[in-house]
Amino acid sequence: METTDKNEVVLLACGSFNPITNMHLRLFELARDYLHETGKYKVVKGIISPVGDAYEKKGLIAADHRIAMARLATKSSSWLEVDDWESCQNKWLETVKVLRYHQEKLKISNSANNLQDAQIAQQLKLNHYYFFLDVPQLKLLCGADFLESFGVPNLWKLEDITEILVNHGLVCITRAGNNAQKFIYESDTLWSHKNNIHLVDEWITNDISSTKIRRALRRGQSIRYLMPDTVLAYIEKHNLYSEESEDRNAGVVLAPLQKHA
Amino acid sequence: MKNRIPLILLACGSFNPITNMHMRLFELARDHLHQTGKYQAVEGIISPVNDKYAKRGLVSAKHRITMTQLALETSDWIRVDPWESEQEKWTETVKVLRHHYNELLTSHHFRKEPGRNNRPIEKATEDSLSSSLAVVPELKLLCGADILKTFQTPNLWKEEHIKEIIEKFGLVCVSRAGNDPRQYMTESELLTRYQHNIHLVKEWIQNEISATNIRRALRKGLSVKYLVPDSVISYIEHHNIYTEESEQKNEGDLLQPLKQHSTIVNPLND
Repeated sequence: METTDKNEVVLLACGSFNPITNMHLRLFELARDYLHETGKYKVVKGIISPVGDAYEKKGLIAADHRIAMARLATKSSSWLEVDDWESCQNKWLETVKVLRYHQEKLKISNSANNLQDAQIAQQLKLNHYYFFLDVPQLKLLCGADFLESFGVPNLWKLEDITEILVNHGLVCITRAGNNAQKFIYESDTLWSHKNNIHLVDEWITNDISSTKIRRALRRGQSIRYLMPDTVLAYIEKHNLYSEESEDRNAGVVLAPLQKHA
Repeated sequence: MKNRIPLILLACGSFNPITNMHMRLFELARDHLHQTGKYQAVEGIISPVNDKYAKRGLVSAKHRITMTQLALETSDWIRVDPWESEQEKWTETVKVLRHHYNELLTSHHFRKEPGRNNRPIEKATEDSLSSSLAVVPELKLLCGADILKTFQTPNLWKEEHIKEIIEKFGLVCVSRAGNDPRQYMTESELLTRYQHNIHLVKEWIQNEISATNIRRALRKGLSVKYLVPDSVISYIEHHNIYTEESEQKNEGDLLQPLKQHSTIVNPLND
């Protein structure tokens, strides 16, 4: 693939990853294939950012475990990585702040690279050097239900949605026959930024939700081949999901709702 | 798991290539059978179809067997069996079942032999009631629920074969969420008569990883990671197995069962 005239993209996925499943990993593969096929983008990295414990979602187990599982799951991938910055914060963070942090980080690491390139170029006494690359663009990767969550009262701040759409953009994996298009049409905010929303068709239906995985685990059903074997072994070793763990944060109001209400 | 009927699941098909969905069928079936409280699934066998099946895009059995082996490396109860693919001709499913059942009887006979010689006969018979080894496992055909629909396709199946499969062996059918295979059961007298021998398993996660979709994606250069085991993907890449060319294999050929069972004589061939 020619890299010179293509916009570099980094995909960021936020969520519980409780636990990570093959579905989460598929979202990245589908998004990358789609962006490459447009001929305009080159996806250079995918970042998984599990939410912090302070999110207080029912059944959310400790971030340490969720991070460890995500790391095991991405081990065989050449382009996916797990970042624990979000989960290490004391409080729950709005997604837009996680995006800001990672975009800033990309800028810094990029300028560090450029500085190195510049120094090398100077040493070699080159007049023309092409180190002046743009910073990769950070886009938020999500499933179709994420788009629809924009419609849930008090879950999102309007200015956050706008900032995500204007400064970053969404790559949204949708199922055949879904109503993502309609949802965008019906929202003035989404409609005005629709050029920054990429809808990607899922060609194989995939609903390996973490909720279903936890339910199966509680019932002693097999979840093999729905997640990497290494994650499964980790869950069994630490006996992570039980009736008890499912009751964590029961009755507690979700952090964003507490904050925005 | 004491006093349960031991059971072996056999899956026939192209496995072109094997996907995570195929392995899920086994896991779902085993969970379901264990939950009945009556059965214990002791083994799963995957039997890839013979090259002579003449299905469009079917790559050589050698590759399909190796890919299946790779995919099953991490399973402690499912194995691949090359017998069907090694035959001179395409073999009807019922004959594959018969073969594996005979193998089972033979190996069972040998396993039982030493025990019988070592102790008094009375004790051996007494033991055989509680020991699962003494009971010959049942062999059942594992399939997707769409097989019930294919039973109605003219010339694909012989009526007496369907009867033998469901009467002597039995079916374990995994159905897609939202599909009701009961409809095919009520539409057929034969299936209704033997419905006690047809186990319907509901899939709790929608799973549409068809091998056709996988091959299509591979031809387009799209990622199939996390749908097919990594070891299988490397094998496919290394041997460049699925291409435009491989998809043209057997193009226009009549499927072997249709050739074999069809009684219609084409007047133009006379």
